[in-house]
Amino acid sequence: MSGQDFGPSAAAADLERRDVLAGGLVGGIGILATLPAGEAEAAAVAVRGETSSRLSVTINQAPHDVDIDNRVSLLDLLRERLGLFGTKKGCDHGQCGACTVHIDGRRVASCLTPAVQTSGRSITTIEGIAQGDKLHPMQAAFIEHDALQCGYCTPGQIMAAIACVGEGHATSPDHIREYMSGNICRCGAYANIVAAILSAAPKMERE
Amino acid sequence: MMQPFSYFRPTSLAEAVNSAARVQNARFIGGGTTLFDLMKLDIEVPTTLIDVTAIPGLTGIEAETHQLIIGALARMSDVAAHPIVRDQYPALSESLWKAASQQLRNMATVGGNLLQRTRCPYFRGGEPYRCNKRAPGSGCSAKDGIDRGLALFGGSDACIANYPGDWAIALLAFDAEVEVVGLGGVRRIRVEDLHREPGTTPHIETVLRPGDFISRILVPTTKSARASTYHKIRDRESYAFALTSAAVGVEMDGKRFGDIRIALGGVGAKPIRARAAEALLKGQPYSREIALQAGEAAFSGVRTSPHNAFRVPLGIQTVADAIDIAVKRA
Repeated sequence: MSGQDFGPSAAAADLERRDVLAGGLVGGIGILATLPAGEAEAAAVAVRGETSSRLSVTINQAPHDVDIDNRVSLLDLLRERLGLFGTKKGCDHGQCGACTVHIDGRRVASCLTPAVQTSGRSITTIEGIAQGDKLHPMQAAFIEHDALQCGYCTPGQIMAAIACVGEGHATSPDHIREYMSGNICRCGAYANIVAAILSAAPKMERE
Repeated sequence: MMQPFSYFRPTSLAEAVNSAARVQNARFIGGGTTLFDLMKLDIEVPTTLIDVTAIPGLTGIEAETHQLIIGALARMSDVAAHPIVRDQYPALSESLWKAASQQLRNMATVGGNLLQRTRCPYFRGGEPYRCNKRAPGSGCSAKDGIDRGLALFGGSDACIANYPGDWAIALLAFDAEVEVVGLGGVRRIRVEDLHREPGTTPHIETVLRPGDFISRILVPTTKSARASTYHKIRDRESYAFALTSAAVGVEMDGKRFGDIRIALGGVGAKPIRARAAEALLKGQPYSREIALQAGEAAFSGVRTSPHNAFRVPLGIQTVADAIDIAVKRA
């Protein structure tokens, strides 16, 4: 990302271009009228006030087209609309990590992600990481190291842990503890979770 | 119950700014980690969300000779891990990776982060608590309540909520500015001037106007940024808001302090620059004693309550420890 898509004065340049279109930006009321047709139409959608959207999203490599209320979180889309119950709702406020999924390979809190923002993106949930009957190395390591008790936080822990390894943050127990701190385990299985991640990391890198 | 809202994803800055200024009670949304959270609590009730993440050209990081330029739509995790930020501005990197969790840092933008709202439990708690920030004129339940984590500096009779962020504290220490695009054009605002003290209008938190969009963050190049740290003390070691924090950068002239920057986090109604502490150190030789004196200067005259008084000695120690860390890096 180092400067690739970043003009030295991208914002100013964008405004200057509009400036020309609008005939001067100072006090630039009515610029909307001068926007290209497509943009003006899009802006009008907001003003018109549609409160639902058509969403096209890829989930575990399968395409989905759904009409959603704009208020729906990605977590509720997965669980309530698509029947993917693996992703768990803990706090619903981004504080516990139980809802962790990957969007375009990066871990996020699905409870704080408006589903409408994920159009065109690729989402991976706990249901999408095994290959047929073969568990993901992180799933196998969680079983081997008894890294759970009640299991409610486990899908979020595993999705966070896979990302933690992929980011290069699973190089020591301290590092793992810091970069897994967004996933709370009420049963306190932390020691075994750290052990599972340490053991899965080299296996993931081999695969 | 979250109120229905329309959603719109413009692909240019002009379109975003125009729409935001025209539509009543519209909000920009980037990562949504604050906004969507507060919408679930019915504290933010926008009629329209303008998703700014498709605006091109605002996710990069560029090091020029005299300044570092960070696109406002860059995600916290990416800026924290960027080699130039990590190596040449460690306080900036640390302020980001010591905030939130990696999941939230992957979502949240560095522009939106500056505008995150307070974690005051009476603000977030909704009814029956009174809150002049959430419901202007209703009063402040925090003043007679559990103010353990709230502001030690800059509060008013109307509000003692603290500014919760870390990133703004580190930016403030190094005289950063934000580039703001609005209906009137492009202007720059010092991070120091961006946030307002609550006074009698705690619901007005920044100097931004409707439609204003933070497009870039500009950090002047200084030697003190290289020898810097963001030292953050929390109730637990990770994934918590600051009880006290200090962003410190130093340029040493031999054993004596040359340029020195100190800003305080977690303790103010807005980000705080500790200029008295900076002045006390300037030109003096380093010692642990003088670092503690600087901490005391930073917290002199502060008003406390039985719940939050412990954060004064903690804050003094935090400043002194941050100075020690920065001096070791010089």
